[in-house]
Amino acid sequence: MTIEQKQQQIIEEFAIFDDWMDKYEYIIELGKNVPTLSAELKTPERIIEGCQSNVWLATKVEDGKMYFSADSDAIITKGIIGLLIEVFNQESPEAILQTELFFINEIGLAEHLSPTRANGLLSMVKRIKTEALKSLSK
Amino acid sequence: MSVSPFSVQAVRSLFPALNQTVFGKQLIYFDNGATSQKPQVVLDTLAKYYALENANIHRGVHYLSQQATTAYEAARKQIQQYIGAGAPEEIIFTKGTTDSINLVAFSFGERLNAGDEILISAMEHHSNIVPWQLLCERKGCVLKVIPITKKGELDLEAFDKLLNERTKLLAITHISNTLGTINPVKELISKAHLFGAKVLLDGAQSIQHLSIDVKDLDCDFYTFSGHKVFGPTGIGVLYGKAALLDSMPPYQGGGDMIAKVTFERSTYNTLPLKFEAGTPHIAGAIGLGSAISFLQSIDMEAAAKHEHDLTTYAQGILDTFEGLQLIGEAKNKTSVVSFIIDGMHPFDIGTLLDKQGIAVRTGHHCTQPLMDFYQIPGTVRASFAFYNTREEIDTFITALQRSMQILGA
Repeated sequence: MTIEQKQQQIIEEFAIFDDWMDKYEYIIELGKNVPTLSAELKTPERIIEGCQSNVWLATKVEDGKMYFSADSDAIITKGIIGLLIEVFNQESPEAILQTELFFINEIGLAEHLSPTRANGLLSMVKRIKTEALKSLSK
Repeated sequence: MSVSPFSVQAVRSLFPALNQTVFGKQLIYFDNGATSQKPQVVLDTLAKYYALENANIHRGVHYLSQQATTAYEAARKQIQQYIGAGAPEEIIFTKGTTDSINLVAFSFGERLNAGDEILISAMEHHSNIVPWQLLCERKGCVLKVIPITKKGELDLEAFDKLLNERTKLLAITHISNTLGTINPVKELISKAHLFGAKVLLDGAQSIQHLSIDVKDLDCDFYTFSGHKVFGPTGIGVLYGKAALLDSMPPYQGGGDMIAKVTFERSTYNTLPLKFEAGTPHIAGAIGLGSAISFLQSIDMEAAAKHEHDLTTYAQGILDTFEGLQLIGEAKNKTSVVSFIIDGMHPFDIGTLLDKQGIAVRTGHHCTQPLMDFYQIPGTVRASFAFYNTREEIDTFITALQRSMQILGA
C-alpha cells in the first residue's frame, strides 16, 4: 500500500463516526494499542517536549525502509501517533519526504497538528521528515 | 443597565459569547482565569470608538482628537477611582499585567544593586518570575522564594525569616491563577514595609473578584490586565504611588513621554505620560473604562457570593470522585478549581471536555515551578465567573464522568 492509500484507508475508517466522542473513544482505543516505548529508549534525544504533553520518537532504518516507534504521556496524543506511524512505517525516506499529510484534516483532527496545540505532534512529524532527510544524506 | 439585585440569568444575557454552541453543544465557559468574556456594552464602546471617535490623542487641536483625549483620560480617572488610587497620575496604561511587571522590573530595577534581594513566592505566574530573573542577571540581585504548604497557602513563618534589610521588593500574586489561593497581602505588605521594602501586587486574578483599594492595602504597585476583567485584550494597568513613580526613570522612549527633545539631551514628560511612550491603546483604555462601568452596575458582593457558591458546589462534588485530587485547598480562595485524576493526563481530560462543549484550561498554567512543587505535569483547571451557573457545573460533572469512563476503560 502506498502512503496515499494508507491515508485514504484511515479516512474511510473514520467515516463511520458522526459523533465527536465516538471518534475520540476510537483514538483512545488506538492509543492503548500502541506499544509503550521502553524506558531505556525514552532518552533526552528522543523527547519532543510539548507545552501540554510530551512525545518520544525512536527511529531505525533497515534495507532502505524507515521504522518508527513513539510514545506519549497523553493517550489521545498517543492515538494520533499510532495513526502517523501507521502511515510512515516501512516507507522509504524519499516517499516520506514527498508525503503531504492530508488525512489529519480529513478526519477532523487538524487542531492536534496546529502550531498552537503544543502537544509535540507537529514537531514529531517534522522530526520524522528530518530523520528521513538524514538517512538519505548518510 | 443596572442589574440589581444580582441575577445570573440577567447577567448572562449581556455576554453574547456565552450564547453559542461548539461541537454541537451549548458552550460552557470555565476558562475565566485565562480570560473573561466581554459584555455587549464593552463591544459597543469599542465599535463606536473606531466608527466615530477615532483620533490620536494628546496632540491634536481638532475636535475628534479632543474627544478621544477626553475619553482616554476619563477612563484613567475611572480606574483611579475604582481601585482607590490617590490621583489619575498614579494610573499608567500598559499592555497588561506582564507589561506592567516588566516596566517595574526595568525602571524601579534600575536603582537596585548587587546583593539586593527580591522576594517572590512559589505560586507565582511566570510573568512574575522571569522579569525578576532578568533583573537579577542585569544587576546581580538575588531572587528569594517564599515556600508554600501542600494546601497551597504561603508559609508565613518562612516569609518572616526571608524578610531582611536587603529585601528591596516583595513581588507577589494577590490570588494564585493555578490554586485560587487569596494571599493575606495586607499583612505581607505591612511586614515588608517594616524592612523598607516596596511591594508589587500581581492583581491579574484579583481585580475581577475582589473590591480593590490600593490605599487601604498600602501596596506600592498594583498590576492588572483589562481582558481578565471583562475588558479588551492588549490593555492593562500599572498603579504606582506617585512619589515612587516620579522617582523612577522612563521605561521606553518615544513620543508622548517627552517634554523637550534635542540631539544633545531630552527631558521627560510628567506622570503618567512619562511611562506611556508612543500612541497608546486608546480604544483598549476606553473599552476598559466601559468594563469598569459595567462592573459598577453589578452588585459585586452578591456576585462574589455566587462565585463562592459555585466553587464550593463544584469542589464538594469533585471531592467524592475516586482518584481525583484537588490542587489548591487554601481556606481563603477564589473561584478556581484545579485537579488531577490518577492515571489520566490533564490534556486528555481537557480534550474530551472540549468535545462536549466545555472550555477548561489544562497544563502548567504558566506556573511550572508550582507544578514541580506538587510533582505533577499539570492540572485541569475550571475557573468560574459570576455569569456561570450550577446547571453548567452539573453538565461539566456529567461530561467529566463520561471522559473518565472513556479514559479509564
